[in-house]
Amino acid sequence: MLRRALLPILVAAVAVVLLSLVVPRDSYAEKILFDIGINIVLAVSLNMVNGLCGQFSIGHAGFMAVGAYASIVVTYYGGYALWGEVGKHAGLGGLGIYLVSIVVGGLMAAVAGWLVGLPSLRLRGDYLAIVTLGFGEIIRVLLQATPGVLYPSEMAEVPGLLRPLHLGGALGFSHGQSYNSIAWTYAMVALTVLVAYRLRESTHGRAFLAVRENEIAAEAMGVNTTRYKVIAFVLAAFFAGVAGALFAHQLGAGTASRPEEFNFMKSFEVVIMVVLGGMGSVSGAAVAAVALTLLTELLRSVQDYRMIAYALLLILVMILRPSGLFGTREIWTIWRRKKA
Amino acid sequence: MAAFLQFLFKGISVGSLYALLALGYTMVYGILSFINFAHSDVFMLGAFFTWRFAGAFGLDHPSSVQVAGLLLMAMAACAVTGFLIERLAYRPLRHAPRINVLITAIGVSLLIENVGQLVFGKSVVQFPSLSEASIGFGKHTVMMDDTFTIGGVNVRVVEVFAVAASIALMLALQWMVYRTKVGRAMRAVSVDHQVAGLMGIPVDRIISLTFIIGSALAGAGGLLVGFTYGQIKQPADASWILYGLKAFIAAVIGGIGNLPGAMLGGLVLGLSEQFVAGYVSTTFRDAIAFALLILILLVRPSGILGRRVVEKV
Repeated sequence: MLRRALLPILVAAVAVVLLSLVVPRDSYAEKILFDIGINIVLAVSLNMVNGLCGQFSIGHAGFMAVGAYASIVVTYYGGYALWGEVGKHAGLGGLGIYLVSIVVGGLMAAVAGWLVGLPSLRLRGDYLAIVTLGFGEIIRVLLQATPGVLYPSEMAEVPGLLRPLHLGGALGFSHGQSYNSIAWTYAMVALTVLVAYRLRESTHGRAFLAVRENEIAAEAMGVNTTRYKVIAFVLAAFFAGVAGALFAHQLGAGTASRPEEFNFMKSFEVVIMVVLGGMGSVSGAAVAAVALTLLTELLRSVQDYRMIAYALLLILVMILRPSGLFGTREIWTIWRRKKA
Repeated sequence: MAAFLQFLFKGISVGSLYALLALGYTMVYGILSFINFAHSDVFMLGAFFTWRFAGAFGLDHPSSVQVAGLLLMAMAACAVTGFLIERLAYRPLRHAPRINVLITAIGVSLLIENVGQLVFGKSVVQFPSLSEASIGFGKHTVMMDDTFTIGGVNVRVVEVFAVAASIALMLALQWMVYRTKVGRAMRAVSVDHQVAGLMGIPVDRIISLTFIIGSALAGAGGLLVGFTYGQIKQPADASWILYGLKAFIAAVIGGIGNLPGAMLGGLVLGLSEQFVAGYVSTTFRDAIAFALLILILLVRPSGILGRRVVEKV
């Protein structure tokens, strides 16, 4: 396994290093590369719930929002607590606080996922769809009700523990620093893909598949279905939070972290990626994420027709090829089978 | 006290609309066990069809008879839409896993919204005025857009009309499902497709009929919401989807698959929303529905009036 994985990892690592050297900082190309990476993380993680475990979550943007805000709180208010200023910190300190913020973002999203998943996953699967959709809306409503971001001059007026509640309301968290880079983004992409791929081959992954194929049969075989559903859900929420953390720290992060950025259209976009790529196929979800992100950029001039095309594609794929374009298989196994 | 009564009236007014929509969700869920995400879009279409029909006939100030005519036309147009949705998108997936149907439903919803944006435009649309529509007999005639103050409560005639129309439609549906042969067939199909088919019930036709009825009710809801608020937002506006979600939540609160439950759930939701908006904060008005949903899922997952169903293999 390790030897087989070594080559692609090496190739990818070299590619990322080259890209970060070639692509200028704060350019349009860099922004698209960020988008692609973030969407891969979102699609592959949602695939853990929708594809592997067969549960239908359409609130991924909500968890992304939790991650984004939690991480930006760490870099902004945490940065102030550490260094007494809120600008971008260079060097090891900056790297460290960004790593911590990503982890915190993921963990907060995971906690939110646990709170949302526990009541709804005990029941029939489609309640999850409605609860997750609702959760995304609640998060948005709550974020919009928060007071404005504190400037350093105002920090003294608010006790330290209450500061993280100042999230900027409807205007968004306008002081995010561009800690993110191509290397960070694709390190997280690699982590997500690796976890998703290894997960499917593990005992837990087998249990997920059993739940997806037939919940009652799985339960009869001694699989604790609720437990595995919650595990899948929490894991997916964690990586959605990571994606949110990456999203919140790109250039122009202030405009990026507005509550409306995380509405259910964003969730639907991720669902479309997972469905088109093939539910259960890690590489399928990743490829679909890349393709749809690029397509979105290319179709910007005909934006009115873009969603119509996506919607039709979604319906047609479901009717003509119900398991998605790649099905549950990985891309390389499809090639192999054609050769044989 | 006046404030309390005002919230009560507003809650009933909003709640009866939720109930009208919830019936469509609950009927489809009862028969096909999936959330018809496109239902809120049929509701949206009901409002836009009304607006277009009124424009086509030059009805800037329709009389109450003309409003009734618009109602019938909107219901018919939505019924056709609902029929087509089921026939083209859902029927090919009759034996597919539920998750596929759910995804298709989202696809249909996105499709209708975005085609709607192209056809109806992207701006807020002004509904025809009700200033010429009168209701009642002789001395007791009132204009539909009048507002009365009774005991400190502002009561708009059009809202009373909307509540009355919703209740009438709900009673008609209740009668149809529990007192007619077609209704018995619908109930049979919701228990078991296969066995119902063996008993000579045309299952596909009954399912089509369910969509037709549900969509017609949603169309009526669209017209009522348009006349109540006087203007409607663009087709892809989040408020339409939110309306649909709340109606579905109302159906779950009352007990999914249960008609009186959907009506009760609609009222419970409408009232709690208005009281929270009135006494706590309007910010949380949209969040209360989901809080209620999670609460009901924890405490009584089968809903207030629903019976616990054991899943059999």
